[in-house]
Amino acid sequence: MAHSVDLNTDLLRLDMDDSGVATVWIDDPSAEVNTISRETLDGFSEVLGSLEQMSDLLGVVFISAKEASFIVGADLRMLQQFDTPAEIRGLSRRAHRLHWRVQSLDVPTVAAIEGPCLGGGLEMALSCDYRLASTHDATKLALPEVNLGLIPGGGGTQYLPRLIGLQQALSLMLTGKNTYPRKARKIGLVDALIHSPGLHEAGRRAVRQIANGTVSINRSQPSVAKRLLESNPVSRRIVYRQARRRTRSRTNGHYPAPPRLIDAVKTGLEQGLDRGLDAEMRHFGELAFTDESKALVQLFFGRQAGKDNPVSQHAAPFRTVGILGAGQMGGGITEVTAANDLDVVLKDQTLKQAAAGKRQVWADMNRKMEKGIVNQFERDKVAERVVPTASYDDMSHCDVIIEAVPESLQLKRQVLSEIEDVVSDDAILATNTSSLPIQRIAEGVDDPERVIGMHYFSPVGDIPLVEIITTEQTSDETLSTAYELALAQGKTVIIVNDGPGFYTTRILALYLNEALLLLEEGADVPAVDETMRAYGFPMGPFELLDFVGIDVAGKITEVMDEHLPLDRVDISDSARKLADANLLGQKTNIGFYHYGPAENGTGKERKDFNEDIYRNLGQTSRTTPPAEIVQDRLTLMMVNEAVRCLEDGILRSPSDGDIGAVFGLGFPPYLGGPFRYVDQNGPGAVARRLRDLAYQYGSRFDPPDRIVQHEGRGTRFHRDD
Amino acid sequence: MPSDSHKHTAVLVDGCRIPFQKSGSGYTELMSYDMGRMVLRGLLTRTGLPPDELDRVVMGSVIQDVQTSNVAREAALAAGIPSEVPAFTVTMACISSNQALTSGVDLIRAGLADRIVAGGTETLSDPPIRVARPLRKRLFEARQAEGIQDYWDLLEGLNPRDIIPESPSIEEFSTGEVMGESADRLAAAFGISRREQDEYALRSHQLAAEAREDGAFDPELYPAAVPPDFDPITTDNVIRDNTSLEQLRQLPPAFVKPFGTVTAGNSSALTDGASATLVTSAEVAEADGLTPKAAFRDYRYVAQDPGTELLLGPAYAIPQVLDAAGLALDDVDVIELHEAFAGQVLAVLEALQSDTFAEQKLNRASAVGTVQMDRLNAWGGSLSLGHPFGATGTRLVTTAAHRLHAEDGRWALVAACAAGGQGHAMLMERLP
Repeated sequence: MAHSVDLNTDLLRLDMDDSGVATVWIDDPSAEVNTISRETLDGFSEVLGSLEQMSDLLGVVFISAKEASFIVGADLRMLQQFDTPAEIRGLSRRAHRLHWRVQSLDVPTVAAIEGPCLGGGLEMALSCDYRLASTHDATKLALPEVNLGLIPGGGGTQYLPRLIGLQQALSLMLTGKNTYPRKARKIGLVDALIHSPGLHEAGRRAVRQIANGTVSINRSQPSVAKRLLESNPVSRRIVYRQARRRTRSRTNGHYPAPPRLIDAVKTGLEQGLDRGLDAEMRHFGELAFTDESKALVQLFFGRQAGKDNPVSQHAAPFRTVGILGAGQMGGGITEVTAANDLDVVLKDQTLKQAAAGKRQVWADMNRKMEKGIVNQFERDKVAERVVPTASYDDMSHCDVIIEAVPESLQLKRQVLSEIEDVVSDDAILATNTSSLPIQRIAEGVDDPERVIGMHYFSPVGDIPLVEIITTEQTSDETLSTAYELALAQGKTVIIVNDGPGFYTTRILALYLNEALLLLEEGADVPAVDETMRAYGFPMGPFELLDFVGIDVAGKITEVMDEHLPLDRVDISDSARKLADANLLGQKTNIGFYHYGPAENGTGKERKDFNEDIYRNLGQTSRTTPPAEIVQDRLTLMMVNEAVRCLEDGILRSPSDGDIGAVFGLGFPPYLGGPFRYVDQNGPGAVARRLRDLAYQYGSRFDPPDRIVQHEGRGTRFHRDD
Repeated sequence: MPSDSHKHTAVLVDGCRIPFQKSGSGYTELMSYDMGRMVLRGLLTRTGLPPDELDRVVMGSVIQDVQTSNVAREAALAAGIPSEVPAFTVTMACISSNQALTSGVDLIRAGLADRIVAGGTETLSDPPIRVARPLRKRLFEARQAEGIQDYWDLLEGLNPRDIIPESPSIEEFSTGEVMGESADRLAAAFGISRREQDEYALRSHQLAAEAREDGAFDPELYPAAVPPDFDPITTDNVIRDNTSLEQLRQLPPAFVKPFGTVTAGNSSALTDGASATLVTSAEVAEADGLTPKAAFRDYRYVAQDPGTELLLGPAYAIPQVLDAAGLALDDVDVIELHEAFAGQVLAVLEALQSDTFAEQKLNRASAVGTVQMDRLNAWGGSLSLGHPFGATGTRLVTTAAHRLHAEDGRWALVAACAAGGQGHAMLMERLP
């Protein structure tokens, strides 16, 4: 008779049906999603004990009782509480033992997966004989540990390659990327798919049919080429070598997890499962205590925290967003807005310009359609949300306005003042600017309470950050609605106070200024770029200047110039000189480098270095300082200014500073952000290095008060470690 | 006005259309669903109506695409209208969107809906081409075929000409007559000369060109931008600004050769386009703070023998709707009459002022009346603006409402003929 089995744990429930099929419901009553914690492992241990005692057991289905969510991975807070690698190894060991116990049950076991099945969740599923996934939109499988500076610790490095093959497994684990149901079925990560409402019943049927032999677990054979490559140790060595090479070129050796992941996989395949599990356990334990992993985990927490709108109670509903300016920024903002189910009225001076913004959205969706991510209807629906216009008349019912017209104070004031008369009194007016003070822009508007800065980063679709800038007059309603909008656009948000360059532009301006000073001292442009890329920035400072536009950078420096104490910062005028010579960067196809059409047909790409640049600046000889000096000067200039932003009250917290620098400017994630950088290197060491640099290069490197305070007290910016 | 009638009076809040384009030009690559979606989006933007407040979307369409046979539903979903809003497609040849509109009006009159969108969409650039019946039959049977022998057997008796695809038939299904032939015969029956037809066609193009120059269409045109280039399409491209009687005279008869009078020049052209209107009850319009342009007072549908009077429907429908409202033809300030063919328009006008026609066909003592030409199609018509079958009806209604305001009139009459021998007429009264 169908009945429930009493358990001590409240994280799992065990039901038996009439035919002897057990269902293990995973359902943490204290959380919205299931995670793998010590308690969960205790729970599984208890359930297995119970199952092992049953004489008439036909098989087991593991399934989540949560709404479209299987298990989202290990409980990271739990991992943080461990003090030694040995404790973490112990946890890993327990997971391995549970895996073995599931496999040792002499009845069929089936994981019935719906929603995210990540990390330890997927490892749990790997222990079953058979995996069934629902085709629900939320279903995705991944081992994303590498993104947190870790490797899978529950047997993933061993069992995944044995299930889906070495190359496929390495690719999934080294990128941490999601696999969606159809692909999962294709690569053998799951054995069958079913629609959402039939998942549990299908799980029980799978158990019965495996038990009576109607379904045999017969995974499709890999291709001949793949079998040849992966079937012997000699050719497998080629695979390991390729993986290591690719990893090195992607990470420049700054991330310790990927090489250890490869080592764990290799040990397991070449020396046997037990040795492999030992290697996994050892690496997992050690990695959890690396600075890199801690930095990445803290960034993850910071980003999660940013998903809660701190003033959500004030938010007004919005349906239609009006965007002024259909250029690169306006088009990008339109795209992330329309793609997230909001209507957009996109205005530019002519209908043709506005329609070009719509084309950008359509073209992007069309690429997604060609890749099979969306169908034709979904593409059409997103593109149709965008209404291009040359007239304010079509914007009267917009709930939020985001202006993205060119960076001119007068122009921005003018368009906001014009639109203010068109929209309702409740509509909020956001301005997308990288450097103009919001306060000054708001002066053009009758009601400055509704004005706020929303600083997006180019390319808008790829850069996660939105920096929201409030003035003293900005109302809570305005802030709250802008925050909700940025979240709806899928963005990571920080709130900062108004000031020259706010936070991100201010620290970036000084970083780029320092690069130009290096250039003036005779540093070689490609060498500096290469050095900074090797340090972990996505592009070098000169490439970045070309990307944002040398004229824009020059203008930002001008704006900043008025506000920065001159004795503290030597302002380079090289950007202005180059801009005067019409060397603007990518937009003129020439700046520090030459640019031309990309070979893959989308956009532009960097070609050769522009040798004439030194002559333009009247320089003849080249001497580049050692890489370490270049890295320290540039990075510490950014760090220093970030700390000053905190002192000046621009930043609300060190965590915002880290999130903003990493997700907006590409500050190397393994360093965790400017504040984490100071904490991990120690405020004392950083202060000493700054004093050295100040002695050699000028007072702009003087350590800011807060660093000196932390040095004196032996404290840190972050209190979490 | 008593509150109950206020509640059940349907009013036109606004209407719009994408610019009409000659088939094979601006919208060649589009499905009718694409154009339907675009015009619905335009209407929502223009009116600012929250789409979740809609009760129904009704669209007319004539040439069906089997992928989107309920094109209203697919267009509404893709336009961002919530999935909870039902949508249906109606088809009644050239008066399909008139039927779409009156279906919506009926829902409001019956108290079953407060806010509806009615419109129409049509592409004639991509007619559905089918393989011949013998091949279709075999393809259907092939689904059950197993093995080479079965497939081989299916080929037996298949004639080589059976593999030639067939275009959709343009003849009237019941009579086998092409519509242009009917128009030619109708013109002859009412004594309409070739010259009169050409002059009427010229008038249509000239009035449309003037109206466009005056910006008369600006309130009803919602610009289109079409993938992959998204170059805006902002004006109708069927209007021939420079056509002349000289040119029109030289065109050969298109249907009845060599002595017929209907030519390509005095017929409406194959056109792609879409139009839509927002209709609410008078009460809801007031509550929502909307300013409706006109109220729908009455309408009639009529049908005759498609063999003899294929395109004469308006001559029957107009007197009926006028009688119902107690109005005379002269009381009407604005007339929007669908122009399928110049000869058909003139035949209808002739029938209306004919005592004989009135006695024999309408059972009336005397003629309905003479249409004053300055009230008829003053901004051009289907001959010059184009005629995307399913989209013409709501274009006529929107233009009629705009003309009432521009010409300071009170009553507007919209009428149209349709394949199958059917016809429609509707009376609108200007608001406020």
